[in-house]
Parts: sequence; structure tokens; C-alpha cells
Amino acid sequence: MNEFLRLILYLPKQATSLARDIDQLHYWVIGITMAGATGVAVAALWFTFRYRRRYEGELTPQVQGGFALEMAFISSLAILFVTFWVIGFQQFIRIRTPPKDAMVVYVTGKQWMWKFAYPEGPSTIGTLVVPVDRNVKLVMTSRDVIHSFYVPAFRVKQDVLPGRYETFWFRAEHQGLYKIFCAEYCGLNHSKMWGDVLVVSPEDFDRWLRGTAVEDLVNLPAGRDRQVVATFDDPYVRRSPFGVVLEGRPLSMADRGRMVAERRGCLSCHTLDGQRHIGPTWRGLWGREVSLATGETVRADEAYLTRSMMDPQVQLVAGYPAVMPTYQGMLEPAEVGAILELIRALEAPLPTGVRYPSPLMEPPDRPPLSHVDPERAQQNRDLPEEGVAP
Amino acid sequence: MKKRRGNPDIEPGAPSTFGAVATGTEGDRAAGPGRGAELADLREVAVHAKPYYADETTIWSWLSTTDHKRIGIIFFVMTSVALLIGGVLAMVLRLEHLTPDPTVMSAATYNQVFTLHGVIMVWFFLIPSIPAAFGNFFVPIMLGAQDVAFPRLNLATVYFYLVGLIVTVVGLVAGGADTGWTFYPPYSSQTFTTLVPILIGVFILGWSTILTGINLIVTIHTLRAKGMKLMQMPLFVWAMYGVSVIQVVATPVLGMVLLIISLDHGLDWGFFDPARGGDLILFQHLFWFYSHPAVYIMILPAMGVISEVVLALSHKNPLSYKAIAYSTFGIAFAGFLTWGHHMFVSGMSTFDAGVFGVLSMFVGIFSAIKVFTWVGSMYKGSISLRTPLVYVFAFLFLFVFGGMTGIAVAATSLDVHWHDTYFIVAHFHFIMVGASLTAWFAAIHYWWPKMTGRMYSEAWGIAASILVFLGFIATFFPQFLLGNGGMPRRYYYYPDHFQALHVMSTAGTWVLALGMTIALIYLIFSLFYGARAPMNPWGARTLEWAVPSPPTRHNFEVTPLIEQDPYDYSNPLREVRPNPLYDPELERHRSTERSP
Repeated sequence: MNEFLRLILYLPKQATSLARDIDQLHYWVIGITMAGATGVAVAALWFTFRYRRRYEGELTPQVQGGFALEMAFISSLAILFVTFWVIGFQQFIRIRTPPKDAMVVYVTGKQWMWKFAYPEGPSTIGTLVVPVDRNVKLVMTSRDVIHSFYVPAFRVKQDVLPGRYETFWFRAEHQGLYKIFCAEYCGLNHSKMWGDVLVVSPEDFDRWLRGTAVEDLVNLPAGRDRQVVATFDDPYVRRSPFGVVLEGRPLSMADRGRMVAERRGCLSCHTLDGQRHIGPTWRGLWGREVSLATGETVRADEAYLTRSMMDPQVQLVAGYPAVMPTYQGMLEPAEVGAILELIRALEAPLPTGVRYPSPLMEPPDRPPLSHVDPERAQQNRDLPEEGVAP
Repeated sequence: MKKRRGNPDIEPGAPSTFGAVATGTEGDRAAGPGRGAELADLREVAVHAKPYYADETTIWSWLSTTDHKRIGIIFFVMTSVALLIGGVLAMVLRLEHLTPDPTVMSAATYNQVFTLHGVIMVWFFLIPSIPAAFGNFFVPIMLGAQDVAFPRLNLATVYFYLVGLIVTVVGLVAGGADTGWTFYPPYSSQTFTTLVPILIGVFILGWSTILTGINLIVTIHTLRAKGMKLMQMPLFVWAMYGVSVIQVVATPVLGMVLLIISLDHGLDWGFFDPARGGDLILFQHLFWFYSHPAVYIMILPAMGVISEVVLALSHKNPLSYKAIAYSTFGIAFAGFLTWGHHMFVSGMSTFDAGVFGVLSMFVGIFSAIKVFTWVGSMYKGSISLRTPLVYVFAFLFLFVFGGMTGIAVAATSLDVHWHDTYFIVAHFHFIMVGASLTAWFAAIHYWWPKMTGRMYSEAWGIAASILVFLGFIATFFPQFLLGNGGMPRRYYYYPDHFQALHVMSTAGTWVLALGMTIALIYLIFSLFYGARAPMNPWGARTLEWAVPSPPTRHNFEVTPLIEQDPYDYSNPLREVRPNPLYDPELERHRSTERSP
């Protein structure tokens, strides 16, 4: 039944369980819509025939809808509509709440291409490679105008704005190739701002991370639709029909974040080892509740950390002087993403087997993690070896 | 329901004090008051006067007219021209989509054409089409008034519209904008196209909208014929009241936002530049705070027309007058609280999205009350199937379908998939074209005899209306499926597998255009060769059918007496007589105004 309705309604393949649930609501709502519109039109036509004018000057009785009838009608409709909303909003909350164990990929939209950067190192243009059955969280920003990251097979889209970080998550359940569209009008080549999500097996994904080219892993169908609009000026990239894969030894994003932090002077005030300095340390900061000078508390997530870089005085941490300058316009989106990834890496073990260079991961003591996330603290205690993922 | 009567203080047959006032034309007045005004039949008096369009015949008399009927006709012509321009642009857009690759134009041209299509259709056709044309023409007559409250301000609206249109067309010739009608920054601040004239053109047009709104509100409050209570006004007037309130409250926000975008684009002020601390989402909030209520500026007048047409052609009292009148204000009020449903995926918080989603449902409930009442009113009626009623059927199907897809979209999770796809395009065209445009056609066919004094061909009318309906379905139904498939809007190139549905949609526009061309031809034909229209071809009870077809310069020579409910079809039609409880002050004022 699902498959039949999906084909009738011209819906793309459902690549996630969320997509299947959203489609279920879709079938009900559209079914009731068709029935309602047809019912109203048929009733009007029937009355027109049944009560057609038989002679000129025919008089009609006064008919009044009773209060009870009106109320019954209004409340039954209200119940129907609110039921739609309750189901829909529950799904919306699922769409908007990324699971905590999701692997992160950084996405930058620019006129007119999608760039993907992995914490483990590789970066691509146009093709997002992810393992099947794994929660993936995209942290997205734009370099120029508003774009919208849209994967019809996931039934999810999210606008991507300059100066902001938006998240998008999915868990693809079937291997395959799914289209990415830009859905927010962004200028001349808006309609060519396409990309692909390539969902591969976990083994293939690991091989890809270690440098195997995509076309050596899977047979991708040729198609005119799968085009990559990109300019290639980086000497380390080579062209492939599915986007661009960085060659050479992948440098992890956290490593790049550390380079950025050194170059931009972040480390003259912030430490990576848990010690207090002019500013708060970055170790153990990710995901923590931070007390602000105003007395409020805020969770140190992408949004808060980005805001603190761009507009540091607004949400000042309690007990620290207001001395940090704004980095608005001084950091590229990719650099902000790298710093965020560095801060995140200082908190949690990486999901894949990547070992950090020693200065990054050697704190004097293991920081107390229990206040962050009991589950994660437990995971950390179970680690077989420092810095290696389970 | 108790049958409502006009003024309970007046015995219908009681001798009136009417004799002292001159009631007829100049000639009658010269002959003295001896015409027996007590017995004066308004119709008989009016027969001697010329129709409003022949009152004076110079071009200047049209350019400087303060007659609400002439202004209504001027707006009718201007908005029809705007519809023609916007419609041709739409057909060109559809033609481009015959193939996934370039067909007839470049990507840059395509982006400019869809922007202009949106700007012209929204601001130069949909918003003024019914309020400024039919509202101006019929609200004063329906209230038994001689004109609107501020006739000179009414004339100014024509020129604001005209100047706005000219400035926009200059912008189009000078380079055209490619931002879409939504002007989202930062793209609108960065584009190299000529955006400012179009923003300023729409800004100027906004004055026309606001002034029309103020004029109608004051007219409805102050110029109702003596004895006509608010709850005795025709339902079209209620709709115009609701829409005027929205126009006055919402349009200034649009004006402000357009000015800020002009400064951002023209002078690089950077209000919305995130690198300088600006907030992109703020623009979207401000823009939709206007543009969502603007949807109700487009649909409420259409609902008013449908109320009139259904009741007049069914010869039936409304199932619930209050339900239709009050739900107008329910829609107008709830419409101000739902703008955020345009921004579910723009980066607003999950909580906000939920609130805006559930509030949007209320608009659906109020609209459903109207639909239910219209259909219910046909029960036990005496229904005459004429052209306007065929458009009502089209309206009912398309409006319910379009409205219910709106409910679907307000269920937040579904919108995440549909947002910015052809599903949304189809949804709002079902409301804007399927409902507003068909109601506009219903209004034309319903009031054509009154406005022009001529009858059109009924057979051609019904044929054209069926073509319009079928063409519309063929154009926009495939677009729902395209949106389900994930086809984003404003796409010049598109993936190959969408082509079949695009071809269907394009073919639909040709059927739609054929239907509208046939309508244009027989309507123009009727102007010259149509049969003379009787005063009341539909046997309707509202006041505009109690004045000659076409009406004279001052509609009613004297204030009419409201004796019959506007939808009282249980009693035979009563002659409308002069009101004996006239206001001497007002009458004196009127006679001095009339004399040269």
C-alpha cells in the first residue's frame, strides 16, 4: 500500500524511517483533502440540480443553521486539523533534534556548490559520502547568500545562512545515491546547485576515508542529472564524476582547527588543556551548561560558540573579563567550522579510528565528564586505550 | 431567525415628510417640488439621468473624476492590463519548462521573468483587482450612498497605482530584477540587476492600497443609508471591511521593509548584512508579516464575491449571516498571527514553528465555516445555473483543495519536504488563481450587466468558464506531483524525469489562456452588440440592483429606505423607496454639490 501510494503521489524513494512516517501522514492528509474538495463540489452541484429554479419569482424558505450544528461542524474540523498538527509537529521535533551519537560533517554552501568537510580529513565538493545506518549530523553554513540543503529522499530540507550554523540530520537505511537540491533561490545558477548523497556500507566508508576513490568502491550509474558545478583551484583535489576527493594524507578538521586557533591568536587567551587563562578553556566546554555573567545559563553548542566568536560581549561567561574582540568577518566559515570541530574533539572520542597528534589529547588529568552526559562519560570509561575509538 | 427589517420605526406605508426636498434631476427641480416626491419611485426618477459614463464625455472628465464608479472602472481596466502582462509572462515561463534545458530564454532572463510575474500579479493585479475595482464601484451603492467618503482621495489612489506601475515598468526596461518577488537578502543586496525602481514602484503602489482601505472603512461606517444597521450590510461589504483593515494595518510594514532593502541594495547600508551584525531572518519576519496577511487581502474580497453570487443566484438567505460576517474577521485576525509558517525551515526555533503551525489551523477553520455556509445556503434554494455560478463551483473545488493543502503544510513536518518546491507553487496558485481569479471572473459576470448595461452571451460564458477550470486543473495539478517529487521552485534547469509533468502543466496554460481569451472576446463584443441589461437580471435583493443599469452619477437621487433584508428571498422583491427620515443637512449638502 505504501509503495502504491508513493508511486501514485510521485514521491521519491524513502531512504529513512522518518521519510516513511512523514509519507504516512502525507497519505492521510492528501486523501482527506481530495475527499473534502470533491465532497463540497459534489454537494454544491447536487443542490443546484435538486433545487433548480422551477419558475421565475419562486420564493424560498428561511433556513438557519442552528448553533449546535455550527458548533459540531467547527469542533470536528478543529479536532481533525489539530490532530494533523500534533502528529506533524512530533515529526518536526524529530527532524529538528539530532541524536547525540551522530557523526558530524561540515557543510558550506556557496554560489553554486556544496562543500563537505569531514572531521577525519577528507573534503569533497558536490558529493556527501556517508555510511549506511549511521546517524549523520550536518553542521551547515553559507559563504554568500541563503541556500537550502534539500534531499527529497529524506523528506528534509534546511535553509543555510551566512553567519549562522544550522543543523540537519538523517540516518540513511538503504545504500544508494540520493539527489541534493538547493531549494532557496540563490541567483543565476540556483537550478544547477545540485549534489549527491552517496550512502555506502560502513566498510566502504572506512576505505573511502583512508583515501580510496569513490568510483573504486561502488558502481555509480551514469546520468546527465548528476552534475557537479564546481571550480577547482585547490592543487590537492582531483576531479571525479561524483565530486572532488582530496588526495594525500588527510589532515583532520580538528588539526586544522588547531592551526587556525594558533594563527588567529585564539590560544593566547584560551587553553586546550583544561586550565583557566584570560578566557575559559576549550577542554570539556562542548555541550556543557555555561553560566553567563547575566546569571543565565546556556548550552555550549555550535550556535553559542559561533555567537561567542562573532559577538563575544553578548553572552559573556561569568567570572571572565570582557576583553575578547569580535571575529566577525575575520574568520572564514570553514575556519569557524574547524575551530568548532577542535572544541568538540577536546570533549569526546572520535567516532572513527583517527588518532590525534599528541599535544592535543594529553591533558594532565582526564576531565570530569559526568556533568556533561552520563552516557558519554560511561563510554569514555570503557575506552580500551586513550584516544582510540571503540 | 427573526426576519430583519430596515427601520422598525417606519411604517412602510406611512405618509412621509419627503416633499420638501428636491429629488429629481435639474429639470425636475426647476419645475418645483411638485413632482410628488412622496410617491417618487427611485427608478422612475433615475431614468431621466444619464449613465455614469455618459455624464461627461471628455477625457479630462475621466482623468479628474471623483465618481467612485468611474474610478472602479479605471481600476478594472488597469488591473486587467496587469493581469494580461503577468499572464503572458506566466505563459513564457511555462514555455521555458517544456524542456529541462534552455528552451526559449537564458537563465538570467528566466530569473527576471519569474520575478516580474510575481511582482505584477501580486501587487498590480491580485491586491487591487477586487477591492479597488469592484469594491470602489459597488460598496457605496450597496450601502445606499452617493459616493465614497473621500472621493478626491479615491482619485489619488488611481495615480498612486499608475505612478507605481510606471516606475516598476521603467525598472523592468532598465534591467529588471532577479530576486523573486520576496526580495530575500543578502541576495537582494548583492544582485547586479536594477532592483531599486521595482522596490520604489511597489512602495508607491502601497499608498494606493492604504488609501483605498481607509476610504472603504470610513465609507462603511459613515455613509450607510439611514436605517441600515451593520448587520444588514451585504456580505460583500463585510468582506471589503475586513480586507480594508488588513490593508491599512499591514501595508506600512511592507513599505518600511522595501525602503530598507532599497537602502541596502542602492547605498550599501547593510541593515541585513550578517557580516555587519544584521539579521537575515528579521527581514523574513518583516516581509511575511505583511505578505501573509496580503494573501487575505487577495482572498477575502473573493470570498465576499462568492457570498453575493451564491445567495443571489440561489435566491436564498444565508445559512448563517453572522457566521460569514464574523469569520471574515476571524480570518483577518488569525491571518496576522501566522506569518511564521513561511519560515519553518528558515532557521526559526522549533517552538516558534509549532506555535505558527497550530495558529495557521485557525485560518483553515474560519475558511471552512464560510465554505460550509455557502454550500448549506443552497439547500432549499431556487438555483439558477448561470455563468457566475459555474465560477462558484470552480471556486469551491479549487479553494477547498488549495486550502486543505494549506492545512497539510501547516502540519509542520510535511512542510519541511514541500517548502520551496512546486507543491507550494501549486498550493498558492490554487488559492491565488484557483480561488481569487475565478472569483474575479464570477464578479465580472455577476456585475457586468450593472457596470456596462449590457448582457453577455450566456452560452459562451459557460463554455469559457469550463475551459478556465479545466485549463487551471491541467496547469497546476501536475505541479503538486512535481513538488512531491522534490522539484524545487525557481529552477531554470531541472532533472529529466520531471519533464512529462512539466509538459502537462505547460499545455494546461494554453487551455487556460484559451478560456480567458474567449471571455475577453465575448465581453468586449457584448459592450457593442449585447442586449440591454434590465435593472435586476438576477432578481437579487441587494441595493445595487435597485438602481438603473448602468447607474447614474449619484446612484440614488435620495437616500433609499431600507425595508428589506439584503437576502430576504422569502418575500417578493420590494420597490426601494426614498427614506422619509432624511437628514436635511445632508440633502442640502448634496444638492449644492451637484449644482455647478
